[in-house]
Amino acid sequence: MTIALSGKEIAHQMEEKFPQSIIESSPEWLVVDRQFLLEVAAYLKKTPKLDFDYLAAITAVDYLDYFEVNYLLTSLRRNHSLVLKARCYGRDNPSLPSVVSLWRSADFQEREIYDLFGISFEGHPNLKRIVLWDGFQGHPLRKDYL
Amino acid sequence: MEIEEVYSSEQLDRAEGEQIEALMARSQEPIPDPDEWLEEELKRNILLTSVDAMLDWARRSSMWTVVCFPACCAFEFIATAASRFDISRFGMEIIRASPRQADLMITAGTLTWKMAPQVKRIYDQMAEPKWVIAMGACAISGGIFRSSYSVVPGYNRIIPVDVYVPGCPPRPEALLYGIRMLQKKIAKISLVNQGR
Amino acid sequence: MVIKTEPFVVNIGPAHPSTHGVFRMRTTLDGEVVVDMEPVFGYLHRGIEKLAEERTYTGCIPLTDRLDYLASMSNNFAYVLAVEKLAGIAVPERAEYIRVIMAELQRIASHLIAVGTFLNDCGAFQTPVVYMIREREKILDLFEMACGQRLTYNYMRVGGVSQDVPEEFAPALGKFLKEMPGWINEYDQLLKDNEILLARAKGVGILSKELAINIAASGPVLRASGVKWDIRRADPYSIYDRFNFDIPTGNAGDCYDRYRVRVEEMRQSLRILKQALKDLPQGEARSEVPQRLHPPVGEVYGHIEAPRGDLGFYLVSDGSIAPYRFHVRAPTLINLTALRDMVVGWKVADLIIIFGSIDICMAEVDR
Repeated sequence: MTIALSGKEIAHQMEEKFPQSIIESSPEWLVVDRQFLLEVAAYLKKTPKLDFDYLAAITAVDYLDYFEVNYLLTSLRRNHSLVLKARCYGRDNPSLPSVVSLWRSADFQEREIYDLFGISFEGHPNLKRIVLWDGFQGHPLRKDYL
Repeated sequence: MEIEEVYSSEQLDRAEGEQIEALMARSQEPIPDPDEWLEEELKRNILLTSVDAMLDWARRSSMWTVVCFPACCAFEFIATAASRFDISRFGMEIIRASPRQADLMITAGTLTWKMAPQVKRIYDQMAEPKWVIAMGACAISGGIFRSSYSVVPGYNRIIPVDVYVPGCPPRPEALLYGIRMLQKKIAKISLVNQGR
Repeated sequence: MVIKTEPFVVNIGPAHPSTHGVFRMRTTLDGEVVVDMEPVFGYLHRGIEKLAEERTYTGCIPLTDRLDYLASMSNNFAYVLAVEKLAGIAVPERAEYIRVIMAELQRIASHLIAVGTFLNDCGAFQTPVVYMIREREKILDLFEMACGQRLTYNYMRVGGVSQDVPEEFAPALGKFLKEMPGWINEYDQLLKDNEILLARAKGVGILSKELAINIAASGPVLRASGVKWDIRRADPYSIYDRFNFDIPTGNAGDCYDRYRVRVEEMRQSLRILKQALKDLPQGEARSEVPQRLHPPVGEVYGHIEAPRGDLGFYLVSDGSIAPYRFHVRAPTLINLTALRDMVVGWKVADLIIIFGSIDICMAEVDR
């Protein structure tokens, strides 16, 4: 059975390693500050006890004040999972650092989030529209696109 | 090895995007169905000549379809072409990839604006006489996806359609009935009238 | 005298008989060898995720059918599992068994097409696939008996299945289970050590284990590369922990291994079906669920082992009758991430086979 790790415990570990990196945490997920996203993600991947080598999915949700991007991480060897979240505020040019250098499965999924939500990912090698065509105006999955 | 790119990826993408936007702009109204043959028949009310009858028999008895398989209906078409429902008894088991060798397009799947210029290009490359069967709800009117931002509401926005086969997806028997209807329609076309 | 050559870009365009659906590859070729490849898709993007935000939870089930249309039962299954997890709804025993039977039958039907079209691409033009479609028609007859549809079933509901299977179903399923192993043996006998298939598929398009894990591959693609990860064992859902079955894995990660993994998975599915049919209990087929379901505020991620990989649904609810966010974790989109690495260095004919062996379904890639 894949055990979902408690967000609060992981948050404690992160607070010790990277102070002020965790904004919020709950038993199911934890929210990390966008400046520390890459460091926290690298720590989660490389620490032997956590060993999150498999990025199952990246999704984004539009809560009108902010965009929230969820990273669903899994460890194949240890069979546990974790939900990591990052928020970006503002609707004009939201952006987050890209995790492609750690997990290549982020490649197409981040491009899709860019296409449908407009969130750009700094450091992505090929950030351009993927499911819609080049001249399409707007970002359809935002709540204010009709 | 150094590869000098003649066209960069961005240029290709932009050209494709402009093509799609141009097609969207000029496809705001559906193309009317080609049914002049109906009026002609009522007007003239004469029998076809024997040359017409021969030609029409030859044209309808072995129509070759072109590959145009976007989505789910494609698998009902493939099931029709397989051994249980056997489209080969109508002479139609040849599914050509090259539009130059085909005379029927069975549109099996939802059409999106991104794919529309390619389908129009395939249709234009087919040689006369050519016919189109719109298969499935998505091909007739956009189907379950009609209100989406990227779906063309029916193939008759960009190409004229002869027979509409409803269903989601239509059963193979329904598709065979639609093909039979098209054969009956072709049987009524007169050479004098030039067909289309 | 040295002949000067130049690489050129060839577009293997969206309408092509062997690209499984509308998929475009801009390949840069040096002679016949692929030097670079850029995949372009989106030709079937119908905006399912946006459309789902306007429909009730039960009304989204037909939309999920049309995601991976060759495995509609599995898509329905994953979605209703996610909604039941979110709303805390229990499912009666008989419905659980019926769901497992449908999911495993669907796995066999989907793998028949996958293997058939792979062999098509290898050059056995149409012969194996016609036989496999004949077998698939038998499975589609069973589905039609249960719910009336052949391709997009809309059969599972939140809290069970939409209607109970008729009485003819169990004997017909028993008859199918007696005959099917013979058919699989017949195909395998001709194809397993076939010289041409070995020459074309063995050692071609290798996906290494590290790369497979890094790109989050799943399903037969991951298992053929040597990673024994199957959601039915690792994170069991529904009643899969009651059945005995093996998980076939390959070790080389080439096209031949992916083909073998799929054939063995069909045999394991038959094993599960025998056990499920034997233990099928009597009872209700659906529990009482309100027509307009109001799940509690929250989010959920529910995933299953679909024939093409790890299919997951991420749902966010704000307490109303429609989902606030409906996201599909498409296994085929993520499996395609490594296509460029697998293809560079091979010839055009191998490109087609490698692409066919990943077994994609464009409606799921594009959604």
